[in-house]
Amino acid sequence: MKRFAALIDRLIYTRSRNTKLALIVDYLRHTPDPDRGWAIAALTGSLDFPAVKAGTVRALLATRVDEELFRLSRHFVGDTAETAALLWPDAPGKKAEPGVSEAVDALFAATRSDAPAVAASLLDRLDADGRYTLLKLALGGMRVGVSARLAKQAFAQAFDVPIDDVEELWHAIPPPYASLFAWGEGRAERPDLNDVAFFRPFMLAHPLEAEGIDLADYAAEWKWDGIRVQIVRGGSETRIYSRGGEEISGAFPELIAAFDQDAVIDGELLVRGEVQGGEAASFNALQQRLGRKVVSKRMLADYPAFVRVYDLLGVDGNDLRGLPWTERRRQLEAFIPRLAASHFDLSQVIDAKDFDDLAERRAGARDAAIEGLMLKRRDAPYVAGRRAGLWYKWKRDPLTADCVMMYAQRGNGRRASFYSDYTFGCWSDAGELLPVGKAYSGFTDEELKWLDKFVRDNTPNRFGPVREVEKSLVLEVAFDSIHSSKRHKSGLAMRFPRISRIRRDKPAEEADRIATLQAMVT
Amino acid sequence: MAKTGTWIEPHPGGIYVKPADLWIDPSRPVECAAVTHGHADHARSGHGAVFATPGTLAIMALRYGVDAGASHNRAYAYGDGFERGGVRFSFHPAGHVLGSAQILMEYAGERIVVTGDYKRRPDPTCAPFEVVPCDIFVTEATFGLPVFRHPPTEGEIAKLIGAVRAEPDRSVLVGAYALGKAQRVIAELRRAGWEAPIFIHGALEKMCNLYAAHGVDLGELRLVSETGKAAMAGQIVLAPPAALNDRWSRRLPDPVTAMASGWMRVRQRARQRMVELPLVISDHADWDELTATIAEVNPGETWITHGSEDGLLRWCELVQRKARALHLVGRDLEEEA
Repeated sequence: MKRFAALIDRLIYTRSRNTKLALIVDYLRHTPDPDRGWAIAALTGSLDFPAVKAGTVRALLATRVDEELFRLSRHFVGDTAETAALLWPDAPGKKAEPGVSEAVDALFAATRSDAPAVAASLLDRLDADGRYTLLKLALGGMRVGVSARLAKQAFAQAFDVPIDDVEELWHAIPPPYASLFAWGEGRAERPDLNDVAFFRPFMLAHPLEAEGIDLADYAAEWKWDGIRVQIVRGGSETRIYSRGGEEISGAFPELIAAFDQDAVIDGELLVRGEVQGGEAASFNALQQRLGRKVVSKRMLADYPAFVRVYDLLGVDGNDLRGLPWTERRRQLEAFIPRLAASHFDLSQVIDAKDFDDLAERRAGARDAAIEGLMLKRRDAPYVAGRRAGLWYKWKRDPLTADCVMMYAQRGNGRRASFYSDYTFGCWSDAGELLPVGKAYSGFTDEELKWLDKFVRDNTPNRFGPVREVEKSLVLEVAFDSIHSSKRHKSGLAMRFPRISRIRRDKPAEEADRIATLQAMVT
Repeated sequence: MAKTGTWIEPHPGGIYVKPADLWIDPSRPVECAAVTHGHADHARSGHGAVFATPGTLAIMALRYGVDAGASHNRAYAYGDGFERGGVRFSFHPAGHVLGSAQILMEYAGERIVVTGDYKRRPDPTCAPFEVVPCDIFVTEATFGLPVFRHPPTEGEIAKLIGAVRAEPDRSVLVGAYALGKAQRVIAELRRAGWEAPIFIHGALEKMCNLYAAHGVDLGELRLVSETGKAAMAGQIVLAPPAALNDRWSRRLPDPVTAMASGWMRVRQRARQRMVELPLVISDHADWDELTATIAEVNPGETWITHGSEDGLLRWCELVQRKARALHLVGRDLEEEA
């Protein structure tokens, strides 16, 4: 447990992604099986011990620590696992620390009735850092900023294997991933994935920089504003993966039930509605459905999900990814009628005369509230990641608004000494500035230095780490779309806001009004 | 014998000793003040007369412009004291910072000890805490919750040295309170064999000099402001906590941000302060020290001045000790713990 505890400790305090990556790489290289497999599963939230819950830990603590002292401590610390780790008394005498796999085995074997005794005997053999790690492992919610994507990258880097292969294998092999490590270290063949609903890494697009590509070489489709998903049926199982390879099947039971074909599709997950070209609701509506473990009937009725299918990666046991887009498209059109039209439809290819015609249609995309266009090379196979010249995304131009800077906070990592996170607002009818968004990007390093100085020189008030700024600086903010939101006083929330220009020339009174932004709401 | 403690009055702004017409650690200017130690939440300027140890008086002269040489201000060595209004006052080591003292008062057959701030573990920069038997023990409770158990200082210092050696291209910037903590960290580094010059923020210079003048060997110190960026790679730099993530730190080579404080025991606290290397080094007694000290002093009553009073009060209740919380205000716990 020592090594894993040390890793957790470093990850908690490290904000740099590259440093986190290096720490995990080092851990994977130098830790034996199956500890490293369990550890990485715990880091990515892939472990669940049904017999051990926060209530178990609280009840257990009550046997060793006064309840009132626990309550006061919990209130101060703000986290049950950490409070318990610090409060649990060190057991007297020398003790053999349990390893990660010993702890995992014991926790898996625990029943509801003996879970407290199992946890207690493990805690008695650990120091405070070890107890923290054990309790986080048991209760989940590590919160050390390690996504499945980062873990996979670390694995690829640790054993110098292609990330695409790791992406495919990862979700097909259960923790502690013994066959994955054996393959990574060259001790075994690549594991066989027949009859498994495994994840295929997504093909991604570059933004279109130069205009005027030839539509004889590229097919165009609308880019819908939902989330990219992959639905896979393999063996007897159907799974839905998001772009990062996280499984989100649980949130969309109706799609799982409706997908009854042996196939792999790539498409956009959307909610039925009017906003996007009269065919789909806004991204905001889809958000109501994301991240849920239990989906109520009401949710299913109010936000009915469907998938607009872009591509067919496999069907009836055949892998189509090596085929050119034209051929995959032909097979997709033939395949679509096999799926229930209530939940799956075909993304249409835009029949434009030439590039100018296409550009004109894109200009209309703002009214139709669609995100933009996708351009796909007709002769390209389906390959993982972003490859030059194969796929382009051509987003509609962003919206902009002139806003007034209201508050500023320091950034992280390299930006820790700079005020780089800005909250900005627009004028209400009553002449009051109301916050409409927050942005941390879009400016150059030179501009950041200037903004930092502006904040420091114009701070009438501080609230902890937050500086209130003299309401005098106008920022032109670019954003992809704007939605109604109950979370903010202005009733608005921007999507992808970034600072596009600093308008030192513009007086704050002339910044935009809330009403102007409301008119842009989709 | 006087009725227990009736001759002293705890007020939000200090403890008033009635027969002597004297205040202990008053937060506002008074005619006559006895001061436990030099931290700003206990020592203020503007008093008519100050009674304190020589170390504390020197610190007050440096920080608050108190005239240490003036005849109305009196310095007393540990064990010494004075009598006023029938009350016998004496100063005893508290182990908190240079010059820190507990104040023992004896009046009408009753003994009261006011600890000020204290700790029990060894500190190379000040005299160790002495147990002074008394009837009423007036104690601090900064870390009066059982989650606060400071690990051995040597281990934290080893962590710091390990971090510097692990990344020779970066400096490690340690946030440490300017009075006490900074000098203790430096002295502990020297004890652990760190012989390289230690680089300091200008705000630490005078206090380090004062410690050195009182016989605390801090080795070679250099000012960051007089050093080039490259020379601080692979070195240890100390600054007041407020300078950690401020513009000042941009002059250091890609610093690893560390912080020496008892609060670092709680991970969320450390994360809030954007600390990458938390060092649990405190000048205050942790939970075990607080409870062990009360048991050892074994007073008739325990009065708790500031910190997590509720936690320590609960403990006293559990072990059936008579105790009360005084709710003194204006104690600046966050910065110097």
